[in-house]
Amino acid sequence: MKILLSLTFVLLIISFFSDREKTVFGIKKGFKMFLGLLPTILNVLILVSIFLSLVPKETLIKLLGKNSGITGIMIAAVLGSIALIPMFITYPLAAILLKEGLSYRIVAVFITTLLMVGVLTLPIEIKFFGVKVSILRNVLSFIGAIIIGLIIGLFL
Amino acid sequence: MKKIILWISETEYILVILFGLFILISRIFNFAPSKIIQNNFWLFFVEMVTFLPFMFILIGLFDVWFPKEKVEKHIGKESGIKGTIWVILLAMLQAGPLYGAFPVAYLLWKKGCSIKNIFIYLGAFSTLKIPALTFEIGFLGLKFSLLRTLVTLPVFILIGYIMEFYLKNKNFEVKQP
Repeated sequence: MKILLSLTFVLLIISFFSDREKTVFGIKKGFKMFLGLLPTILNVLILVSIFLSLVPKETLIKLLGKNSGITGIMIAAVLGSIALIPMFITYPLAAILLKEGLSYRIVAVFITTLLMVGVLTLPIEIKFFGVKVSILRNVLSFIGAIIIGLIIGLFL
Repeated sequence: MKKIILWISETEYILVILFGLFILISRIFNFAPSKIIQNNFWLFFVEMVTFLPFMFILIGLFDVWFPKEKVEKHIGKESGIKGTIWVILLAMLQAGPLYGAFPVAYLLWKKGCSIKNIFIYLGAFSTLKIPALTFEIGFLGLKFSLLRTLVTLPVFILIGYIMEFYLKNKNFEVKQP
């Protein structure tokens, strides 16, 4: 995180001295994005805070921790496929879940299904690609996401 | 008063307002479980709100300095591995949710992009966008991000090949809704 912050500062300075107007425009653009997402960020934080205080930590770790096995992977994969969470919130949320004791494998499966599989957006996808192709893409992505999670789990 | 009610009913902050009320009421009645919720929320909030504005500045800067048009020029013309590399690069420069990629997939199709590369584009778009990668590195670490990228890349390229193999002689087309 510190590296990223220093990187932002360095790039900001370089950008500012190369093109003042562009830099101001970029900052404005980024800030607008932030403000647009702020309500969603707060809502997710509130829901996660409530959820984590209702579900005992032991239960969470038992279901989604290091020794959760195939059940945990399936829970993460199904949740990730259905949920519609903007990516800017996905990663902070994943960091919280890792701190709560979830395994990297589970978090990786959750993130990857979240990114690649979209059950709720399937109606939109079908309009572009048709029913068969859309379902095939989602099924392949679902399987792919589980494989990705398992491989990451081997290393972390 | 009417204005305030109208504003509350339309605002995206409705949950935030309710949460504030909940905390206020639990303070008054000494409702114990709300303490844990509050602690959780505050912890997450401080961590995020201190970093997020900087990340968005980084993304905003990225957006003004890397114009997508330069990459877009190459799409469709190149075939083979070069074409694949260009669609992945184009996907990495985008931002937004997956359903935002479908209209672009339609444009790629119109430009003569191969079936394989259209689905590789969707895969790269969903997993390798640079704005998302900065967030991933910031919150989950470089090691995780690098590992996930390296593992994900071959998986969605394979998905692209499978889709092309399956759809080759099936009159596949991307429609504009």
